[in-house]
Amino acid sequence: MSTATIPALPAGRTFRLGATRIAYEVRGYFRQGDTVFFTFLFPLVMLTIFATAFSEGDFGKDADGNAVTAAAFYLPAMLAAGVLLSGLQNMAVDIAMEKSDGTLKRLAGSPLPVFSYFVGKIGQVFVTGTLQAASILLLAAIVFRVPLPTEVERWATFAWVFVLGVVTSAILGIALSGVPKSGKSATAVVIPITLVLQFISGVYLSFTQLPEWLQNIASVFPLKWMAQGMRAVFLPESFEVLERGETWDLPGVALVTALWLVFGLIAARLTFRWIRKDS
Amino acid sequence: MNTDSVVSVRDLQKKYGSVTALDGVSFDIQRGETFALLGPNGAGKSTTIEILEGYRDRSGGTASVLGIDPGKGGLAWKARLGIVLQSSGESGAVTVREQLTHFASLYPDPRSVDEVLAAVGLEAKHKSLIRTLSGGQRRRVDVALGVIGRPELLFLDEPTTGFDPEARHQFWDLVRSLKSDGTTILLTTHYLDEAAQLSDRAGVIADGRLVASGAIDEIGGADVRVPIVSWIEGGEKRSERSTEPGAFVAALARRVGEPVGLEVVRPSLEDVYLGLVGGGAEVSAALDLVSTSSTTASSTTASSTTDAEGVLA
Repeated sequence: MSTATIPALPAGRTFRLGATRIAYEVRGYFRQGDTVFFTFLFPLVMLTIFATAFSEGDFGKDADGNAVTAAAFYLPAMLAAGVLLSGLQNMAVDIAMEKSDGTLKRLAGSPLPVFSYFVGKIGQVFVTGTLQAASILLLAAIVFRVPLPTEVERWATFAWVFVLGVVTSAILGIALSGVPKSGKSATAVVIPITLVLQFISGVYLSFTQLPEWLQNIASVFPLKWMAQGMRAVFLPESFEVLERGETWDLPGVALVTALWLVFGLIAARLTFRWIRKDS
Repeated sequence: MNTDSVVSVRDLQKKYGSVTALDGVSFDIQRGETFALLGPNGAGKSTTIEILEGYRDRSGGTASVLGIDPGKGGLAWKARLGIVLQSSGESGAVTVREQLTHFASLYPDPRSVDEVLAAVGLEAKHKSLIRTLSGGQRRRVDVALGVIGRPELLFLDEPTTGFDPEARHQFWDLVRSLKSDGTTILLTTHYLDEAAQLSDRAGVIADGRLVASGAIDEIGGADVRVPIVSWIEGGEKRSERSTEPGAFVAALARRVGEPVGLEVVRPSLEDVYLGLVGGGAEVSAALDLVSTSSTTASSTTASSTTDAEGVLA
């Protein structure tokens, strides 16, 4: 039977298609009103609310004696929340929906490599997460007059915390997408997880004011560490003593986040299927 | 096994737990042929087509699609298939053109997007988001995505469900043009006229078994197409099959005078089909008359005569 020899597909198409998928995914993302609100705009809305509601609050002073505003205090927290929402929440809901609405089944029948699909997903998170972080920074700097750091080292720290955080968050979202039984239940499963994480990880509430046991629990999860890394970038040095162990502990940030990245990669690799066969 | 078979299935088995969905289905589809799988809901049509598409694992038997075991088909194999699934409900946040352009990019030798848009009649909607389209229009997008990769083998799982008659006729034209391009097609459908219009051969699946296969006008064999003469004699309705109904009626008239309630019915494709799948108990009872020629069968022909095509003028 001559048909058994199948012509090979052109080499390099996996990466080319991955790039094509990124553009396709990003376009689709911004056309979904609910995702744009709940993942993209949410940290901007929260920053605005906190900056306005707590504008009279006392958040301490920097080394020069200038008061730290509510907006400045909440800026790193909202950047960390944005990483969690754009990555984990967005991916977990998005892929669970695609699984149940037939998108993945259609792709499974096409010659799209799984790897290209993931390049597209992670690329989508990276592009939208970057735009979101830029929007948060612009909002803080322009509207709320938050002084942004000028030192190169701080921006270098921001770069690695952000990139590592976004990728880890996206991968964990892919792994989590297998948990909801249907697309409809996806938000009900995923949003409570991200919401609780934000409350216990020092995003909405000051971390060191939480009870010790809750801090210990939160320290297992990556959001606490991402938020801490963001504080190291944007809060004055004098705030470091307020942290647990009186240190930003950037090696700890890198280590815990990277461990979650590895865990997420393994879990995603083991659990992801285009479709549930024979369901 | 025919060496020119694009699809070859032998003794296909599928069990879901203790439930047997397919029990020994065998058929071949030749290159360039359009083969229709007919059968009621739950008979095993979709299970069969999804095994061949690589979506489901078979429990037993052998299957070959383009020379490859569909359970082990890779990307290069998928690049030669076109799949139109039974249902789709994607969020549709892309336009028709964007979707077609994207899927075209996945295939090594795709059809032109404009050509496919025209073929499915969606030129006017090419800038619309898929989620704004009607059900029938979305179905056309499904079909367009199935053919955009210039497949050698196209799977169509109930492609025209939800189409209005005009859209169905346009779709038939599209399938004929794909066929004339040499595309091999496996079609499942509920619509017998669709199978008759499009397919070279058909197989009828009922309860997980292939109960008949062959050219659409021969399916079920010649016997089931033998005309049925029915009349009322002595207050009882009587029926008999006859290959020469004219002579039979003439003989009957000589014997009993002008027969009361005389009908001569040639079983339609639908009658044959319903007889095969056991879906129409009355009709199958009528078809069982072949062997018991003079059995009285009350009300058997009533359902047949409702089909205008079946009535001999």
